[in-house]
This record gives sequence, structure tokens and C-alpha cells, in this order.
Amino acid sequence: MLLGPSLAVSAILFSLGVVGVLLRRNAIVIFMCIELMLNAVNLTFVALSQRLGLDGQVFVFFVMTVAAAEAAVGLAIVIAVYRHRDTVNLQNINLLRG
Amino acid sequence: MTLVAFWVFAGTAVGSALLCITRRSPVASALWLVNTLFNLAAIYVLLDAHFIAAVQVLVYAGAIMVLFLFVIMLLNLGRPGPTDIRGARGKVVAGVAGLVLAAELLVLRLAAPPAELLLPEGAVAGTVAGRGAVRAVAQPLFQAYLVPFEITSVLLLAAIVGAVVLAKRRL
Amino acid sequence: MRPLAGSAADWVGLTILLPFAGFLVNGALAFLAPRARRAVSVVGVGSVAAAFAVAVAVWSAVAGAHPAEPYVRTLWSWIPVGDLQVNAALQVDQLSVVMLLVVTGVSSLIHVFSIGYMRDDPGYARYFAYLNLFVAFMVVLVLGASFPVMFIGWEGVGLCSYLLIGFWFEEKEKADAGFKAFLVNRIGDFGFLVAMFLIFSHLGSLDFREVFARAPQALVPGGGTVTAIALFLFMGCVGKSAQIPLYVWLPDAMAGPTPVSALIHAATMVTAGVYLVARSNVLFAMSPTASAIVAGVGALTALFAATIGLKQWDIKKVLAYSTVSQLGYMFVGVGVGAYAAGIFHLVTHAFFKALLFLGAGSVIHVLHRAYHHTHREADAQDMRNMGGLMAYLPWTSRVMWVATLAIAGIPPLAGFFSKDEILGAAFARGAAAPFYYVVWLFGLAAALLTAFYMTRLMLYTFHGPNRTGDLERPHLAEAPWVMTWPLVVLAALTVLGGALNLPHVGTLHRWLEPVTERSAALLPNLAPSTGLEVTLMLLAAAIGVGGIWLATRMLKPASLTTPERAPAETGFAKLLLEKYRVDELYAAVIVRPVVWLSRVVLWKGLDAGVIDTAGVNGSAAVARGLGWIGSRLQTGQVGTYVFFFVVGALAVLAALLR
Repeated sequence: MLLGPSLAVSAILFSLGVVGVLLRRNAIVIFMCIELMLNAVNLTFVALSQRLGLDGQVFVFFVMTVAAAEAAVGLAIVIAVYRHRDTVNLQNINLLRG
Repeated sequence: MTLVAFWVFAGTAVGSALLCITRRSPVASALWLVNTLFNLAAIYVLLDAHFIAAVQVLVYAGAIMVLFLFVIMLLNLGRPGPTDIRGARGKVVAGVAGLVLAAELLVLRLAAPPAELLLPEGAVAGTVAGRGAVRAVAQPLFQAYLVPFEITSVLLLAAIVGAVVLAKRRL
Repeated sequence: MRPLAGSAADWVGLTILLPFAGFLVNGALAFLAPRARRAVSVVGVGSVAAAFAVAVAVWSAVAGAHPAEPYVRTLWSWIPVGDLQVNAALQVDQLSVVMLLVVTGVSSLIHVFSIGYMRDDPGYARYFAYLNLFVAFMVVLVLGASFPVMFIGWEGVGLCSYLLIGFWFEEKEKADAGFKAFLVNRIGDFGFLVAMFLIFSHLGSLDFREVFARAPQALVPGGGTVTAIALFLFMGCVGKSAQIPLYVWLPDAMAGPTPVSALIHAATMVTAGVYLVARSNVLFAMSPTASAIVAGVGALTALFAATIGLKQWDIKKVLAYSTVSQLGYMFVGVGVGAYAAGIFHLVTHAFFKALLFLGAGSVIHVLHRAYHHTHREADAQDMRNMGGLMAYLPWTSRVMWVATLAIAGIPPLAGFFSKDEILGAAFARGAAAPFYYVVWLFGLAAALLTAFYMTRLMLYTFHGPNRTGDLERPHLAEAPWVMTWPLVVLAALTVLGGALNLPHVGTLHRWLEPVTERSAALLPNLAPSTGLEVTLMLLAAAIGVGGIWLATRMLKPASLTTPERAPAETGFAKLLLEKYRVDELYAAVIVRPVVWLSRVVLWKGLDAGVIDTAGVNGSAAVARGLGWIGSRLQTGQVGTYVFFFVVGALAVLAALLR
């Protein structure tokens, strides 16, 4: 019964996450928007698991674990970059420039 | 009744997400994201995923977001400074991309799962009620998905080591 | 009648292999031991003389066998493609054997002469190598059993002609002369090739035997196809045998050593065109139009070249124009259908023209040596530097007089009989088509002029006061014996050669009958009455005598001065001296536009402009542009990359939507 609306909400949240990633320049805020996207996906899994079985919830569990690991490492990288470049504004971090 | 509750929580979640991505201060963004996560946890409960809701609050909102806030404070980004939101062109681009994506996803979600896979209504709720929320998730986790579980622990180890190494001042 | 298979005719391939082996050995010596003159001479002369011996053996086999059909030695299958089967095959029949004897015999004598003539030249070995190669190719030409094999020889002798004309290539003029010869020949070769294509497409074969057997049935006599074939073949002849309008290379070819001029541009290569027409007599007999054109061009060339020869000062140039003129006679002969007469004149001409050239070579050699002694820079070939040489070169002058009388057509020397037979055939043909009376008239006029300019040559060179110079005179002496005895042999042949085809005896005519009978059936049988024959003979003899007498009357060798002091020519004489400015005309009308086209349109316009700019540089610019676009994508901004990421994801989702 809640499947349709849940998926709609998930879609909107995911889109908002994408908008945030494209809109912001602060590395940490972009990271937060990525977490938002992950949560939208989690919502999809959980909504579907209500009709398809508990495997969906197990998967969400894994997603959260990986998200935690990824957040830790990613923020460590941000700290390292900040130490070198004194900024987290992605506009100024362009060493990959060809 | 559940539907009303669902829409309340969903609306709050979406609103908080919107605010999250538009605040100038990173701390404000983080806190609105926490709000979003809480509301999502509530929705999980409504979807018979009690354990996941609890883990969401504990891990996501409790640990990960705290980590974010710590890092923001560490880097002294708490004070509102010059905005890091892109200019007009960036806004248009982001907006268009987001709208297109939302439209596509909203259409895609209409594809229903095949009938043979669908469990009867309330089956999951029954399992959760019968076995308990934790056991309902733990049983598949430690039986069918044991290997991914172990691999995830290795992944966490790697993440710990990586984070320590990356954040060290001097190797 | 003994069959030809199993006789000496089986060894006819040796006539090619021996000179070719000589080429290889001499070529190697040219690189390894260029000063080994004795070895080179032995190999060079020996290989050709051995080939001549084989030729004699083959001839005697043919004489004993009297074959009605040619004897073909197939060596291997050369081009088997679809319906086309061309074999590397040699053909032994009466006509090819005559040509073979002439080629190997005369070239043997000229090889001997060259030993003396080229003694002091550093390129001695190279010279003999090229000369041997030439003989090999020429024999391929005359022995070929099909058009393609003959064409191999045709091209090969063109190549050797180029190599030998430009033998002293360090002088640009001489190198240019070789180039000119090759290029002009190429125009004719195009005609030959087109003819071959037409023959194959209409007759299904390129073999002589098959083509000439099928032609009378498969092609319409007098029709467009056979006329086209004949005319395209003739185009090749016009190039190779220096007729109007492609004769211009032959006078320039005198830049080569004189024995080369004697062999290639008098006795053998230039006669290849006549041989081709004689060989293809069936095709030409089937097309009266083509035959008339052949005879007409021949007659016009004969007269035209003779007029130019009247005013040339270079002794070799006079002989060159004389050759062009006499080739015209041969084409008149084969054009009116008297194929045997044409071949007869080919043979006699080979004798006396080679003799004339070698004699001139002796003169030039002697003068050269004299000038070398006194270190004087003067033209050893200009007749105004000669005069009175009879006293110094007795043998040379005597044999050259023999040749002059022959070419003027004085009986009983060889030239009289051959020339008379051609003119008689032309006159007889005139009864059926009045056009041939004009041909006959031109031929007669040319005969008069021939006698005149040859006598002029002799008077200016050997008689009158000597103009060589007081310092040089003591050094003038007869050429060495190695150079003189081939002249004597040729003189003997000139005297006796008439016996080959005396009127009413017609030895050569009957000998060639198996080759010419098919065409004889197609041509009108016009045997002139005996009275007419005798009248014409007397007329020809009178013309010859008259020309000589006129020259002795009108020309005063005593009034000549050396080139430095000679007054400039005026009026018509100037036009003749400048050979009617034909070369200049060609240069302006053909050469300059073609060069302009090449340089401006094709090079600057097309090659540099279009292909280089658009193609090569253009594609480089496009690649660079694409690369620039690609580099703009590498902003280093994560935001850009994420954006493209999202765009990609949107595209994938859109695909899933379907």
C-alpha cells in the first residue's frame, strides 16, 4: 500500500541529492548530498522489501555499513586536502586539469 | 492512519532535504540532513523495517552525521562565509538535471515487480512480529549473506586504516 | 622438305640468350673491372657473332624446310588470364629469319667497329653491355610469336635506345635527347597498346598465327574495326620508325655514339615499324584506307625529310634525315601492298645506311683525334670543318661512295632495285586508285633530293679543299683497320644485295610468299606491263644520276668556310636549316601547355592546394581540433565531471524508459 508513494518520495529525495551535488562547491556539503542520495536508495530498498522479502533490509544494512566506511575515508581525504590547499572549495582544487 | 503519518513524515523529509541543499552554512545543511534522516527512520518503521530504523538513527544520524559535524568544526567551516552555491548558470543546469531525473524516476517507479515475486500483503509484517525485528534481519544476514558480512568487516578494517593514514599529519 | 621441329630452328632461343648473357657479363664488368677492355670486347662481339652463327643455322633449316606455316617454339605460358592465353613463344618463319639475319649480322659488324671507335671512352664496358642488351631485345622483337612478346622487344629496344642516346649523359643536351626519344616513342606505344586491346576484344587472341587466320573471317574487310586496328598499329610505327609527326626524336638521337646511330637508328630499331606492318600484312591488306594512310604518310615523310637534309651542316644530321626519308620509302612499299618490296628496302637500307653511318663515324673519329692533338674546340661533325678527306681516308671515302651511289638508286647497286620496286608498285597501284600516283610522284621527288643531298655530303666531306685547319692536317689519317674492315664487308653487301630480289627473279618475294599470301589474295593484282616496268626503271636511274649531276654542278665546296666564319643563312635555306622549326612548334603547342598543366594545375592547384591543404593538413587540423575539444573537457573541476556523470545516468535511464 505504501509502495508507490515511498518510491515517489525516494525519487524526489534522490533528485534533490543530485541537484545538491551539482549546485554546491563545498566538498563537505557535496558529501552530505551524496549521503542523501544513499538514503533515498535505502528507502527504495526498504519499500520494496515490504513486498518482496527481508533481503531488501539486509541490503540496506550493508549500504549503511559501507556508507559509514566511505564517510570516514572521504572526510579523511577532505581533511588531508584542506591541510594542503587550505580550502575545501572544489573550484580551487583542480590539479587534475588537463 | 498510517498513510497520513507517512505523508507527514515524507513531507518533512523532503522539505528538510530541500533546505539542506540550499543553506549557506554547512552546519545548517548538516543539521537539516539529520532531520531528514530522522524522518526517514520514521518511514522505515511504517514500512515494517524496525531494525533498520533503529540502525538508521544510531549509525547514520548518530555516528555519520556527528562525524560530518566534527570535521566541519575541525576545519573551521562553521561560520557562514562566502556562499559556495554556484551562480545562475549552475543553478539552471542543476535544476534542469534534477527535474529531468525526477521525471524519469517517477515514471520508472511505475513498473511493478513481477507477480510471482510478490509476497502476500502483511507477510513481512508477520515475520517481524513473529520473530522479532532484530532476528528477522539477523537470520538472513548470518545465514544466506554470511560471506558479504565478513567481507564488509574487512572493508571496515580497510576504511579504518585508510582514514587514519590519510588524516595523519606526519606519516 | 625437312620439318623444322628437331632442326636448328629449335635452338633459335640462343639468339636471345647469347646477347643477353653478354649484357650480364659486360654489365658486371662495367661495375667490377671497367678497364678490362679485351674481355669486354671478346664477350661483346663474341656473343653477337655467335648469335649470328645460330641465325645462319636457323636460316638454313628454314630454307630446307620451306614451311607454309610459321614454326612456333613455345617456351612457357606467360599470361593465362580468363580467355587470354599469351605464351612466351618464338616464331620461326621466312620473315622473322630474314630480320634475324639482318639484325645479328649487321650488329656483329657494328660491334667490331665499336671496338675501335669507343677505345678511348671510359664507359667502354657499359657501352657494350647496353649494345648487347639491345641486340637481345631486338631479336625478341623480330622473333616474337605474338603481339605482347613483340611488344616486350619493342619496349626493350626503346629502353636501350634511351640508354645509348644518352650514353654521355653528363652533358645535359645528350641526356635530354635520350629523354625526348623515349617520350616521343611512348606516344606511339600507346597506339600499339590500343591496337592490341582491339585485336584481343575482336579476335579473341594475340597470337600471330591465330589473329591472321581469324581476321579475314571475323572482321569486315574495309570496315571500321580493322581500319582502326591497322591505324593504331601504324601509330606505334610512326613513333618507333620516326615518321611524321613523331620523327622529331631521330635527329636528336644523333647525340649518341655513331655506332649506336648506325645500329639502332638506321639498320634495326627504326625498322621495327616496317616489320610490324609487314608482319600484320593481313590486317593492312584488309583495310585500304589504312594502307593508303600508311603509304601517304610514308611518301610525305620521305619528301619532307629529304628537303631538310638539303641544308644540314652536321654530317650525322644529314644521315638522320636521310634515314627518316628512307623509312618513309619502306612505308610506301608496305602501304601499297608490296610487303616484300618494303622488306627488301629494309635489308638494303640496313646495309648502306649502316655503312654510311660507320663511315661518318670513322671521319668523326679521325677529326676528333686531330682536334684532341691540337687541343682545339671545334665541331668534329660539322661538314664545314671537313673537305678533301679523300686524300687522308682513302678506304673510308671509297666505301662511302659505294653507299652513296646505292642510296641514290644507281644500278646495279642494291638501293636501285629496292627503291625501284617500291616506286613501281606505287605506280601500278595508281591504276586502281589515283591517289597512289601522288605517292609515286612524291617518292620520285624524294629520290631526286636524296641523290642531291648525299652527293652534297660526299662533296663537302671528301672533296674540295680541306678546311680542318693547318695544325690538324698532319694528324689526319685513315681510321684503324678494326674500324675499316666492317665497312668493306658492308660495301660488298651493298653491291651484291640487289641480287636478293631482282625483278622477275624475285628471290626474296618468293621466299616471303608464305607470309604474304593471305594479304596478296585480298589486294588487287596489278602487275605492270614489261614496257612500263622498264620505263619506270630507266626513269628512276635517270633521277638518281640527275640528282648527282645537279649537285656537282650547283655546289661549290671550295666556297665553303668554317662554321665560325660562315655567313648566316637566309630565307628558305634558313627554314630548312632550322628543320621547319617543327621542334619549336611542338614545344609551343604541346610541351609548354602540358608542362603548364602539370605545374600550375596539377602540382600547385591539385596536389599542394587540394590534397595537401584539405587532405593532409586538413585532417591534421581536424585531429588537432578534436584534440582541443577533448582537452577542454579536462577542466580538473570535479563539478564538471559530476555533471557529465549525471548526464550519462540520465541517458541510461531514458533508454530504460522505453
